[in-house]
Amino acid sequence: MMKGLKAVLSIAAAAAALTAVGSASAQDDPFRVAYIYVGPISDHGWSYQHDQGRLAVEAHFGDQVETQYVENVAEGPDAARVLRQLASSGVDMIFATSFGFGDSVIEMAEQFPDVYFEHATGYQRADNVSTYSGRFYEGRTILGNIAGQLTETNQIGYIASFPIPEVVRGINAFAIELRRVNPNAEVDVVWLNTWYNPSLEAEAATALIDQGADLIVQHTDSPAALQVAEERGVYAFGQSSDMIAFAPDAQLTAIVDDWSQYYIDRVQAAMDGTWESMDTWDDIDAGMVFMADYTNMPDTVAQDAEALEHAIVAGQRHPFQGPIYAQDGSEIVAEGQVLDDTSLLTMDYFVEGVTGSMPN
Amino acid sequence: MSGLFEFVISNLLTVSFAVAVIGAATPLLLAATGELIVERSGVLNLGVEGMMLAGALAGFAASQELSYAVGIPAAALAGALLALIFAFFTQTLLTNQVATGLALTIFGIGITKLIGEPYTGTPLEPMAPLFSEGPQQIPVIGPIVFGHDPFVYLSVIGILGTWYFLFRTRAGLILRAVGEDHNSAHALGCHVVGIRYAAILVGGAFAGLGGAYMSMVKTPQWNEGMTAGSGWIALALIVFATWRPMRLWLGAYLFGALLVLQLRIQGTGVSVGVTYFLTMVPYLATILVLVIMSWDKVALRRHAPASIGKIFKPAS
Repeated sequence: MMKGLKAVLSIAAAAAALTAVGSASAQDDPFRVAYIYVGPISDHGWSYQHDQGRLAVEAHFGDQVETQYVENVAEGPDAARVLRQLASSGVDMIFATSFGFGDSVIEMAEQFPDVYFEHATGYQRADNVSTYSGRFYEGRTILGNIAGQLTETNQIGYIASFPIPEVVRGINAFAIELRRVNPNAEVDVVWLNTWYNPSLEAEAATALIDQGADLIVQHTDSPAALQVAEERGVYAFGQSSDMIAFAPDAQLTAIVDDWSQYYIDRVQAAMDGTWESMDTWDDIDAGMVFMADYTNMPDTVAQDAEALEHAIVAGQRHPFQGPIYAQDGSEIVAEGQVLDDTSLLTMDYFVEGVTGSMPN
Repeated sequence: MSGLFEFVISNLLTVSFAVAVIGAATPLLLAATGELIVERSGVLNLGVEGMMLAGALAGFAASQELSYAVGIPAAALAGALLALIFAFFTQTLLTNQVATGLALTIFGIGITKLIGEPYTGTPLEPMAPLFSEGPQQIPVIGPIVFGHDPFVYLSVIGILGTWYFLFRTRAGLILRAVGEDHNSAHALGCHVVGIRYAAILVGGAFAGLGGAYMSMVKTPQWNEGMTAGSGWIALALIVFATWRPMRLWLGAYLFGALLVLQLRIQGTGVSVGVTYFLTMVPYLATILVLVIMSWDKVALRRHAPASIGKIFKPAS
């Protein structure tokens, strides 16, 4: 029933979903949780993983919780409209799963103080707004290690979406470890200004490979770049979810997001009345981020990657530990120092080893 | 300046650049060729994006279930099927073409998403080039001329055929006459509605092929909304080309070249502002063409089909 309704426009889907679930009886009202996604859940990347988390909530709570979702919500005023619709329909808790929903979440949280809001990858909080994210950059460090060992042209192509701290941090975490393993390697960054456009992502991968890159890293949501890598015989990494089906010979590993536990915990807290506004930034250790199988690489490289993963989990290695140098060679972090979370959350510069500039 | 020179030599005057441009331009060229025929007959179908998605899904599904040989006609058929809905509404029920076209795009996005659900996340083997290894080995010409999949050749045959049809055949003359002044054409005994039906169906078939190029060749996967606005760029391209087939061909490759160029410039580390500007160029150029055309009323009349978007209702 719900499946059939999720067609056509996101707004239409929202309206349809609201009428479909609006008829629950007053007595044993289930706790209602809604999710809004920036892309389609079929992207097999970012939004797909959030939806997997939603399904885990449904499976965990059964009849106690009722979930719904709206996909393809544009960042900006559209998001506010969808949020308002959801909140005014009596939803108890809303997870907004993209950085660009932030302003809309804060605006709606003021108007609906009784609704719990959770904003993924955001930084703005209020009494009824929490933020949460994964330390995906830990995974980027591992990718950098693998890439540094495998590249022959010493040129890595990096397909980036928007110049926000989240993406910049990923590029830097990757570049720092890449250069530590292979001081001659360089990262070429291409900005697409979209999270999801398979054709453009493929175009960017082609351009980077044509220019000499023999390894593609992406921070966009579709497996298109991996398909190009597969066809051109170069390596690539999956993004947000395991994309090995699209590139059986090209995918080395993938950074996979797992939101299930967080979603279950937060819904539980809200139902128990113990929910508090807070910021969660969980790592590989906490299980919010994990690495897909290390494939298509020599055993020694896979062992190094695993060892690094263990070191990060054990806290022996920090992705941003000094010395770290800026693009112009000046020292940003001294030997023995580690960047704190505030610096990580506001990162707006490239480190040494990255070619390309940052859009304003 | 020597850096720029070096960039041009090492990046733009290369075989791989030419191949990438052709790849980027082909879906635009296919979709725009179809819409050109439609607009030349005096009909404006804004449903290109929707018809492309229908073709993308049908092509992908048929290729996965059966074979590529079935996938290509299936894509054309799916595009034409969606176009038939548009034709029925605008030509038989005489609805507003702009509104119907927009509705067709929305419908296309929704219906493909619904039907395509089982196909998301399933890969498809990439399509092999049409020609064998031999001719592809020829330096420079090999990869540029012989290295492609059937869609690329279809797009070239399509635009050349469209030019020949519109300007060298009697039937093409009649189609243009219908597009210029449907009342006069009707008075002369032309079957305006029938001709427009045919044009809309052919236009839908081309749009379907354009979409299928994306789901079968460029990124062999099906995903909802995967054409990501290409249909709208194709519509702009027709205005940019002032409804001329040869300019359309050139324009498609120019739009494709700008897209590929901005990605390659970024890869070399030039200021990102330059690349943002390059992404805007196709749209700026289209607006510029519109401004120039509306300036010169004679030119406007010479190029744009005069009856475009108008409802034809014979006084009988």
